[in-house]
Amino acid sequence: MERIPILRMGDFLLVTIQVDMHDELAMTLQDDLSDRISKTSARGVLIDISALDMVDSFIGRMIGTISGLSRIMDAQTVVVGMQPAVAITLVELGLTLPGVITALNVERGMSLLRERVQSE
Amino acid sequence: MTALSQQTIDATRKNESQLLASWQANLDASGASRDSRINHAEFETQTRDFLRLLLAGTNNGDSANIAASEWSDVRAFLDGLSRSRALQGFDSHTTANFIFSLKRPLFELVHTQYASNPTELGSQLWAVTELLDALGMYTVRAFQKSREEVIARQQEELLELSTPVVKLWDGVLALPMIGTLDSQRTQVVMESLLQRIVETGAEIAIIDITGVPTVDTLVAQHLLKTVTAIRLMGADAIISGVRPQIAQTIVHLGLDLQGIVTKANLADALALALKRAGLTVTKAT
Repeated sequence: MERIPILRMGDFLLVTIQVDMHDELAMTLQDDLSDRISKTSARGVLIDISALDMVDSFIGRMIGTISGLSRIMDAQTVVVGMQPAVAITLVELGLTLPGVITALNVERGMSLLRERVQSE
Repeated sequence: MTALSQQTIDATRKNESQLLASWQANLDASGASRDSRINHAEFETQTRDFLRLLLAGTNNGDSANIAASEWSDVRAFLDGLSRSRALQGFDSHTTANFIFSLKRPLFELVHTQYASNPTELGSQLWAVTELLDALGMYTVRAFQKSREEVIARQQEELLELSTPVVKLWDGVLALPMIGTLDSQRTQVVMESLLQRIVETGAEIAIIDITGVPTVDTLVAQHLLKTVTAIRLMGADAIISGVRPQIAQTIVHLGLDLQGIVTKANLADALALALKRAGLTVTKAT
């Protein structure tokens, strides 16, 4: 079955979504990620969605959910590289994703994560 | 509906050159052909072509129904004429007058043809009037249509022109909004700003609303949407240029702009942006 790889980078976990998301894949990612966070006791999660150019309300909500559950498991989450079209779609759908930390690209997202983890 | 009789059509054909001369004289007298926007030779060609097409039309088709296929050449000619007149900036009056000034020469011709037969004269005059009126109305309609096309195109151009995204500093973009904000404009503005954020990697976007005349609930909602979209992409938005009246309206309407950083003017917004970027401005000694 198709899976989205979760890479470990020091204290952080790196998730790059390179394929079109469908509902099942999103659910699997959610389970996998929570598993990995608890196993590795990661301090931060970086989700790169720059290759994602289409979202629906389910995927939009999933981004919010993943962010929320990792925060509860004490890992800061940053969503990076959202495409303009995706941002507009989410806003039009009314999904403003409050509480989700965002950054323009992976580099900025990483430095943001380090800052946040250090300040804790 | 009265149709043109064969006698009238034949007479028109026979006196074509005379008709043309008197039509052109009529146009000259009204000053229409001496306009600087159109040269005289072109005008003469147009009158000659139209008369030729008109004769062909009357010969083949029913003069009471210009929507028939026999009149398609005449209609195409009038379409082209109206479009070029509209683009040259003529008004509808002058354009329609091109057709209506043919009335007098035609009436005179019919008059001489049926001088001895008043009944026939009346019915033929009526037929000529109907035909020319229909053609004149067609011209005006075509003129109006081309003008509307011009206006629609200009509106589109205005939409694109009015949304420049400026780079104020490294990593700071500004969007000076001018004019009323409707859904369509907000969409264009939002798209171009977000696109520029991706291209430049700017962390702060300043939306300046000094040029927005009024802010109502709808405009506020559009602004909120834009700011949220910017945040989702990982950049920060500052709204500047909130004039006192606008601030009052926002408070009176009870609009919730929480979570949005607002500044009174663009300078304050830029100062904040520089501060966030860790930059300071000092006077060179």
